Amino acid sequence: MTSASHTVSRRRRFSRVNDVWPWLCAASVALSLLMLGALLTLLLVRGLGHFWPATLEEVTLDSGETFAGQAVREVALPQRAGDERLYFTGNQDIEGVRWRWVAIDDIAESAQPDDLIRLDRSPWGDFIGRLVAIEQHDQRWEGDAAWQRLNALLVLPASQRQDSQLLLTTVDGQTLRQPLASVASAQAPNAMSVWQKTLAWGDAVWRFLSEGPRAANTDGGVWPAIFGTVLMVILMSVMVTPFGVLAAIYLNEIAHQGRLTRLVRIGVRNLAGVPSIVYGVFGLGVFVYGIGGSLDEWFFSDTLPSPTFGTGGLLWASLTLALLTLPVVIVATEEGLARIPEAQREGAVALGATRLEMLTRIVLPMAAPAMLTGVILAVARAAGEVAPLMLVGVAKLAPQMPIDGEFPYLHLERKFMHLGYHLFDTAFHGEDVQAAIPLVYATALLLVLIVLVLNLTAIFLRHYLRRQRGNEC
Amino acid sequence: MLASLHSANTSQAPVAHFSSEHSCLSIDHFSLAYAGKEALCELTLSVPRHRVTAFIGPSGCGKSTLLRAINRLHDLNESVTHSGQITLEGQDIHDPQMNVTELRRRVGMVFQTPNPFPMSIYENVAFGLRLQQRMPKRKRDDIIEWALTSAALWDEVKDRLHRSAWQLSGGQQQRLVIARTLAIQPDVLLLDEPASALDPISTLKIEELIRNLKSELTLILVTHNMQQAARVSDYTAFLHQGELVEYGPTDQVFTNPRLQRTENYITGRIT
Repeated sequence: MTSASHTVSRRRRFSRVNDVWPWLCAASVALSLLMLGALLTLLLVRGLGHFWPATLEEVTLDSGETFAGQAVREVALPQRAGDERLYFTGNQDIEGVRWRWVAIDDIAESAQPDDLIRLDRSPWGDFIGRLVAIEQHDQRWEGDAAWQRLNALLVLPASQRQDSQLLLTTVDGQTLRQPLASVASAQAPNAMSVWQKTLAWGDAVWRFLSEGPRAANTDGGVWPAIFGTVLMVILMSVMVTPFGVLAAIYLNEIAHQGRLTRLVRIGVRNLAGVPSIVYGVFGLGVFVYGIGGSLDEWFFSDTLPSPTFGTGGLLWASLTLALLTLPVVIVATEEGLARIPEAQREGAVALGATRLEMLTRIVLPMAAPAMLTGVILAVARAAGEVAPLMLVGVAKLAPQMPIDGEFPYLHLERKFMHLGYHLFDTAFHGEDVQAAIPLVYATALLLVLIVLVLNLTAIFLRHYLRRQRGNEC
Repeated sequence: MLASLHSANTSQAPVAHFSSEHSCLSIDHFSLAYAGKEALCELTLSVPRHRVTAFIGPSGCGKSTLLRAINRLHDLNESVTHSGQITLEGQDIHDPQMNVTELRRRVGMVFQTPNPFPMSIYENVAFGLRLQQRMPKRKRDDIIEWALTSAALWDEVKDRLHRSAWQLSGGQQQRLVIARTLAIQPDVLLLDEPASALDPISTLKIEELIRNLKSELTLILVTHNMQQAARVSDYTAFLHQGELVEYGPTDQVFTNPRLQRTENYITGRIT
């Protein structure tokens, strides 16, 4: 009797576990999704928000001092009660700094006048203040006419507006003469409508994507880094795919399935777990100094001691990453080959196909989606890899693009820029950390997007191949 | 029951013999072992031309192994060793002079589970043809139509030749596989339990197809199904534990078996 009731209660406890465990699993999924969502939202908001024309404030302090700037963020004051606000004030050529911390309690008045303008210049970065006049030869425009004239002139390329000068004044009355040729863009964000701001935002995003970096990577765009990343990943894929696929075919189809093959297979799988910096060291030692050094001695001895291939470059970086992702391709392809039913091979052989014909006509087409999966994984890994690249060819600032109009068009020996390294460099090596923060977010977002686009391309290709075969395999 | 089976003297087992002009394939003292473990033991029989010969026997008796040996499919497996001879139209199939792909072209094989390739119906039938010499598309189309008609599939698929073969039903897939084999015009067709994965109606279609095909070629059928063997075959060989127990005309084997253990198997007293 007692034992019976004991079993019943135990069973009931079990049933409670039975009710709960699906919820536990669902909670894990929810938590993972939440974290992923938080990551993407953060990148999207911070990365894309940076390009939105920010409202400019004219601030008067209790002490009577005035300045203009863009409120960035607020933090609690360490010593006394209240918050402190960070303003981006620009005007580095006048003030010496571009940022200003102000205790909120000290602010007497804050206004948002429509005539505050923001100029994007190089050198010296942003100017925030007012436009007094614009001078061209002996002509002079003032007030609204000057603003219209400025916008009309900015449409022209920089070389055609050499002869114009801007007369500017800061909100505390200092004046400045600015040659128009060094101004990239001008906006009066407080006077802009939402539509105009959207246009300006689109323009800023486009310039970020299409221009090269300025001011030691803390300003300007990332086009060379995008180009370098994508080109390197493509070169890597071109190198790794044939090797990986052939190796997988050998291991799965040709090699005697004995102890040695098993050992090789375990070795390949474990290679996938080797830290990437180790591959970087290998690439530096073998590819750069070993092979590259020899190539220089044999073919480029006239330019020695300055190295051609004997230094990090696009070729060595792609090769190193190809080596790094080789195990991924081999493992994925091998799994695809192993999944093909024996009946398919026998069917082909029974029709009089040789082993090569069976491989090329039945096995490889059927394994193509698996190979693409391998390449997808390889691309995803390679595009985000930075550590080995620092040793074998990535540059903080590459003077020339790896592809240009000069023979032989593709310059494999050149150093290149990479988004991952650009991110690292912007975040930690810039002279103005505050200015770099939004760029770091924007670059990170871009890196995620590029990996996503590369992956989606391969996934659609795989889907297409499977559809063509009429069914899943 | 099993004890009585083993005590029977196999050397007395009567075996049908055919003169060489009627024999298409003859197997002579053929033995085969997987990694040293004997699967076929000293088999001797000859298969008549343009007839259906059924191999029956319990699971693991070696009937599928024998069938695969005729196609040399065991070549793919390194651990298989064999002795004795199999001759196809007087030619030893293990002769070094024998081109194995040529042998497989002459000896077609259909497997237990339908294995159409992941391509269109048309390409499935064209597969074997494309491995051979190039031929004009018109001629190839004619052969494909003929093969599909012979396999009693043409009317069902003629409007969707370029659709995926994997969309066909199991029975259609099996007939497609037969058509694919017929397209390369083999002399012998080996069928390894071709209907065991199919429903009764598809099974009947396959059986009818087998009966119709014997005017074109020699068929060897491996089956678990006694009734199927009785329905479609002209000769029946009963194999047990790698040995040939009895071989003769199907009528005789089923109605008046010479050996007790054949009768035991046919009447379902051993499996």
